Amino acid sequence: MTMEVAVLAMLLGVLLGLALAMVRMSGNRSVTWFAVGWIELARNTPALLQLFFFGFGLGAFGLHLSPFMIVLCGLSFNNAGYLAETFRGGFNAVPPTQLKAARSLGMTLGQSYIRIVIPQVLRVVYHPMTNQMVWSVLMSSLAMLVGYRELAGETQFLASKTYRIFEFFLVAAVIYYLMVKLILVGSRLLSWRLFRY
Amino acid sequence: MIEVKGVRKSFGDLEVLKGIDLVVEKGEVISVIGASGSGKSTMLYCVNALESIDSGHIIVDGVDVHSRDTNVNRLRTNIGMVFQQWNSFPHLTTLENVALAPRIVLGKSKQEALEIARKQLEHVGLVDKLDVYPSRMSGGQQQRLAIARALAMEPNYMLFDEVTSALDPELVGEVLDTLRLLSDEGMSMIVVTHEIGFARDVSDRVAYFHEGKIEELGPPSQVLDNPESQQTRKFLANVR
Repeated sequence: MTMEVAVLAMLLGVLLGLALAMVRMSGNRSVTWFAVGWIELARNTPALLQLFFFGFGLGAFGLHLSPFMIVLCGLSFNNAGYLAETFRGGFNAVPPTQLKAARSLGMTLGQSYIRIVIPQVLRVVYHPMTNQMVWSVLMSSLAMLVGYRELAGETQFLASKTYRIFEFFLVAAVIYYLMVKLILVGSRLLSWRLFRY
Repeated sequence: MIEVKGVRKSFGDLEVLKGIDLVVEKGEVISVIGASGSGKSTMLYCVNALESIDSGHIIVDGVDVHSRDTNVNRLRTNIGMVFQQWNSFPHLTTLENVALAPRIVLGKSKQEALEIARKQLEHVGLVDKLDVYPSRMSGGQQQRLAIARALAMEPNYMLFDEVTSALDPELVGEVLDTLRLLSDEGMSMIVVTHEIGFARDVSDRVAYFHEGKIEELGPPSQVLDNPESQQTRKFLANVR
């Protein structure tokens, strides 16, 4: 459950983050305020409060999400805010002359982005994205506070049932550690394959 | 033939091209000299539609570059361009750098594209660097890679935008030698440069740009050695 919600929230976060980064870079005033507001809130308020907003906040307006949806929305919101800035930095790191060079060879705008710009952006954002994925897994433990039974929630449930609090949370910590380690090792292996230059 | 007719172009309030007229015949090498900000690079960018123009026309082999109906992507395959910042694609090997556009723009097969790339890299003397990434090469080598990459599209014209300005002095020679080679092979070229000696050696004509206009245009023996214009004389005195 932990991995499921963390991975989904990461995927949504990447898509929304890309959209936010593009909106922010577009310089169109009527929409940038929205992206800037989202990014500011996501980065400068505690993730727990963001979860509470999607749970109790929307609940106060009569919109009741399932615990799973609360967690998914909250984590996606947070991921998107951080990743938007990561992506913006990534695009800024590729010199605009790379696009010019690609266009001068007769590539279309789409081809230039897909073949030339995005592969270079990917390299810049790859490790920050890995970090965000780890963060996404660890943050998912906050879900137990809105009643979602992922790893931490389940642990608390079992711990309070058996009074073996320390043992259960120790096991949970080891599981979190192993999950994160798996992500990091996987990411390292993939990066060796992807980035040969 | 490249025909530049009455081209004007402004960036905001600043008019950088104030009516440029220039004809480049097939096989001709034209060097463009002048101070920074005189509009020489901007004109190059307008010739292959990387910049728009405000008025006038640019016609390349009968195609109106800035007409709405023009397919700029097809047009650009006929006009190779090499930049001051060489812009090799860092995530591709030398061979892939050159083979990419023939494959995805000209629709060549992978085999054909690699063959073309190998041939052009041999042409510029990089045949021993085929599988190397650009970050492992000198600026001069990367600039020659950029030349090979443009040549792989088999353009009729080549535009060079201060291609030696960002290079360490000891690397300038190898790039200029490559340009000389192309000129000997009959390539039509517009070369924006600060290398006056080079301009004298290879150009059929030299254009001196001053504040968005062509101040003087003629054979190197005239423009570089016996300039008629006071401005040209002043500029040349400062570069030497």
